[in-house]
Amino acid sequence: MAFLELNNIEVIYNDVILVLKGLSLQAEQGQIVALLGANGAGKTTTLKAISGLLKPDDGEVTDGNILFEGEPIHHLPAEEIVRRGIFQVMEGRRVFEHLTVEENLLAGAYTRRDRQNIRPDMERVYTYFPRLRERRHQTAGYLSGGEQQMLAIGRALMARPTLMLLDEPSLGLAPLLVKEIFDIIVRINREEGTTILLVEQNARLALNVANYGYIMENGRIVLEGTPDELKNNADVKEFYLGLTAVGERKSYRNVKHYKRRKRWLQ
Amino acid sequence: MDKFLQLTITGLSMGMIYALVALGFVVIYKSSDVINFAQGEMLMFGAYLTFAFVVQFGLPWTIGVLLTLITAAFLGVLAETFVLRPLIGEPIISMIMATIGLSSVLRAIINAVWGPVPRQFPGFIPTDVIQIGGAAIGLDRLIAIGVALIFLVAFTLFFRYTREGIAMRAIADDQQAALSMGISIKRVFAIAWGIAGISAAVAGIILANIVGVSGDIGILGLRVFPVVILGGLDSIPGAIIGGIIIGLLEFYTGGYIGEGLNLIVPFIVLIVVLMVRPYGLFGKEIIERV
Ligand SMILES: Nc1ncnc2c1ncn2[C@@H]1O[C@H](COP(=O)(O)OP(=O)(O)OP(=O)(O)O)[C@@H](O)[C@H]1O
Ligand SMILES: [Mg+2]
Repeated sequence: MAFLELNNIEVIYNDVILVLKGLSLQAEQGQIVALLGANGAGKTTTLKAISGLLKPDDGEVTDGNILFEGEPIHHLPAEEIVRRGIFQVMEGRRVFEHLTVEENLLAGAYTRRDRQNIRPDMERVYTYFPRLRERRHQTAGYLSGGEQQMLAIGRALMARPTLMLLDEPSLGLAPLLVKEIFDIIVRINREEGTTILLVEQNARLALNVANYGYIMENGRIVLEGTPDELKNNADVKEFYLGLTAVGERKSYRNVKHYKRRKRWLQ
Repeated sequence: MDKFLQLTITGLSMGMIYALVALGFVVIYKSSDVINFAQGEMLMFGAYLTFAFVVQFGLPWTIGVLLTLITAAFLGVLAETFVLRPLIGEPIISMIMATIGLSSVLRAIINAVWGPVPRQFPGFIPTDVIQIGGAAIGLDRLIAIGVALIFLVAFTLFFRYTREGIAMRAIADDQQAALSMGISIKRVFAIAWGIAGISAAVAGIILANIVGVSGDIGILGLRVFPVVILGGLDSIPGAIIGGIIIGLLEFYTGGYIGEGLNLIVPFIVLIVVLMVRPYGLFGKEIIERV
């Protein structure tokens, strides 16, 4: 039994739009698992299916099951899923703009019952992200993009999750900051023992920190393996790492494809 | 000078009543974007409940008031659960219509139970007149200011520091992100309506003590609109300060310029303020980083 298990799940939006078409994946406890794929492949949908956040988007898991520590969670409300230890850091950071940094962190601790440990945990978040400590009383909406991403991750830590779902933490950040954020993701995984399911467009970056990776296209997993296996796969090299075999002629469609995906290189 | 002091204190006590009603209004609007047209009826209901507990059931006023607050909070939660919650996900306009329906229902209940004749409010708030700096001030006005102040401060602290208060403001910012924190939207909406119920009831008791219990006091629900628009629809400090400003303006205009104008001048001020600050004095600014 894996820590997290998605078995043949199907997700439908608005009762008609089928987005996940029998997707399966697993994560073992303590691992970093990367989930890669192009725009619109269904990565965010997969994370929301796990965390129970499909409802406000009018989406629903219509088939298959999601097991967390062996128990089905796909029919639970989001708040119960958070209580069980799963926390999603949403795409685009989504900090509470009019709340201060500290209030954002407290919001992350909403489901905690051990109120006396909240202050010490906040201190620990500040040791991961010293910049947040300096700005603790500042309105979150005025933080820089990088600081907001730090806050989004720090806020997740406040819930003490055992499984963290990270949706494109590198989105829109300068390379140096991306490195900083990824170093901390690895530290969180090591020091807190948090299992991490990492969605990324930046395949190289994600495969460098992951223990295992999945590649999805069009609502299904099309490839999986260890980072080394994936990095050496010809298709992955071409489409996800931006490397092509020398001398190979490419059709126009493929060239366009390549250009569209070029930004993963960074 | 005595006149000024007199007008200031009476204006302030009226302003505090506005502030309380506006606060309930803002709390609901802020968390759920619903404009509650039943706020005035909730206030009226609170006044009638105290009347019933103290005069009709003969309970001591302390217990009567306490029971009123508990019932008001409970009714607020009930309204949210049975009238508004089924409409979550429907267009906001349906919810607003539902609050108009709620106001009619409350009015009908009040009419059925207590009839249309105005009632004398139990006189447990002393009305002795005391002299302050030459002005004759009713003690009930001072008590009104004090009581309202206590509730306003308590609510403000609640929003600022408590877990549910922070959750409420988080929902106002980003509902789905709040959901991802494990915040229960339903629970927070229910709390918002409970708070609105309590603040309306407190305002109702204070107001009924000054003008008596009748269907007329529900009108205050409409007079509070310029207050919330002035302060900013989604700002709690705005509701409080807006209430005080409008209350004072009404009485200064009535006292210095003439009765009749006092209900118009606040609107003129409102329009001027909105021309300068379209979100109201303290309305939430849209944060746009460059
Ligand atoms: N609320 C929704 N209603 C209808 N369709 C949706 C909704 N959300 C997403 N979709 C569709 O589901 C598909 C997968 O979207 P999803 O956001 O999961 O992709 P993604 O892999 O996260 O893409 P990106 O890399 O751009 O974030 C897309 O075709 C999208 O249009
Ligand atoms: Mg996405």
